[in-house]
Amino acid sequence: MSTIRVLVGTKKGAFILTADGKRKSWDVSGPHFAGWELYHLKGSAADPNRLYASQSSGWFGQIIQRSDDGGKTWNPPGTKPEDLMGPDGMPKGRSNEFAYEGEVGTHKFYDGSQHPWEFKRIWHIEPSLTDPDTAYAGAEDAAIFKTTDGGKTWKELSALRAAKGHLWQPGAGGMAVHTIIIDPKNPQRIYIAISAAGAFRTEDGGKSWKPINKGLKSQHELPDPDADVGHCVHRIALHPSRPDVLFMQKHWDIMRSDNAGDQWNEVSGNLPTDFGFPIDVHAHEPETIYVVPITSDSLHYPPDGKLRVYRSKSGGNEWEALTRGLPQKNCYVNVYRDAMAVDQLDPCGVYFGTTGGQVYCSPDGGDNWEPIVRDLPAVLSVEVQTLK
Amino acid sequence: MIRVVLPFHLRNLARVEGEVEVEVAGPITVGAVLDALEAKHPVLRGTIRDHGTLKRRPFIRFFACKEDLSLEPTDTPLPDAVVKGEEPFLVVGAMAGG
Repeated sequence: MSTIRVLVGTKKGAFILTADGKRKSWDVSGPHFAGWELYHLKGSAADPNRLYASQSSGWFGQIIQRSDDGGKTWNPPGTKPEDLMGPDGMPKGRSNEFAYEGEVGTHKFYDGSQHPWEFKRIWHIEPSLTDPDTAYAGAEDAAIFKTTDGGKTWKELSALRAAKGHLWQPGAGGMAVHTIIIDPKNPQRIYIAISAAGAFRTEDGGKSWKPINKGLKSQHELPDPDADVGHCVHRIALHPSRPDVLFMQKHWDIMRSDNAGDQWNEVSGNLPTDFGFPIDVHAHEPETIYVVPITSDSLHYPPDGKLRVYRSKSGGNEWEALTRGLPQKNCYVNVYRDAMAVDQLDPCGVYFGTTGGQVYCSPDGGDNWEPIVRDLPAVLSVEVQTLK
Repeated sequence: MIRVVLPFHLRNLARVEGEVEVEVAGPITVGAVLDALEAKHPVLRGTIRDHGTLKRRPFIRFFACKEDLSLEPTDTPLPDAVVKGEEPFLVVGAMAGG
């Protein structure tokens, strides 16, 4: 029988939740890296025991952690005794060095002035689909870095910041590359998203990037609602069988593109509110998508105190509320952009974590929900591995 | 030997308990102690001072013999009591109100 491993990043450490394919009885391991913020953990599709984690702290900065045994043991890459002496005899310990390439440059700041890029943390790590030693990291201030040595060293793909970076401006949550999606049919094509700059695409493995924001409307956030960059994209998702079809949760609006982001159309339809953070796609039904509507940009909790996942089986526009097992009164949690994931089993499991410390699982595509855990620190990210 | 006290999270990161001892060749300064500390525990690189500029991270403080050395130049000699191993050099996570 399959094993499900859920990797949970929280404000105060990481937790690993495991169950068999029934997804009823869960083992909880953690906190790993207790007391640190774990923005994201993700496993390699090429080697499921290879996990990467982004660990950070306002005091001590960024740490990258790596496990080669499915989360039992962890090390910052390049700090094992055998890694410490290179050909030059010098210690390494560079896995947390994220240096912007070339002239650092400036972006638009809150007050409208130009402000130099300053590295703060890694929000998201996206391992290559084919090589466990290759991964991409999305940074605040917004940039994308790549490792090809298992995280020991990272190099910026700096052409991203040339895509009108001087016009990007941080939103209230900071200016970070929070979404990285590698096209499963063409690894040279990568999609990324930044709040509040928009979505971008490379066709050449990161040597060049272009904004893909046509059709996005930000009538309350931007002086030019159709601007090329500046849109606050919260999350993008795709189904691996159809990598040209993208779904987006924008600050406001659910959007869909059928041509790899060249043009977006709104599919918010009958949602009670189209503000929110995560969006994801069913593992076996490319037209079935999930969002968690949040009241507004001013009220980061579900409408009417009812935690409802909304599912569309038609790729948007027609949505149904999924409520069974979710609190339907007095619920005022949020669900962050990286805190929803699906497994690969049939029926597909859907998972999300809340700022209240619950991680919910639906083993039947969203019809029924149960909390796996209720009292973790605020959940920042949820990823799922389906292990044979 | 120079005795160094690390904050809780950096002790965990470096997998050490209690004080750390480092050997420093030449003048015993804040910078030289940090160089020796990072050479012995490379995982600490970037957590106390920036990788590139070697500037102290904003919420890190350096104390010794009841003095705050955080704002002193990094080539400032450490007090004799630290040099002799009678007192430790403290790396401290700054207080965060709340």
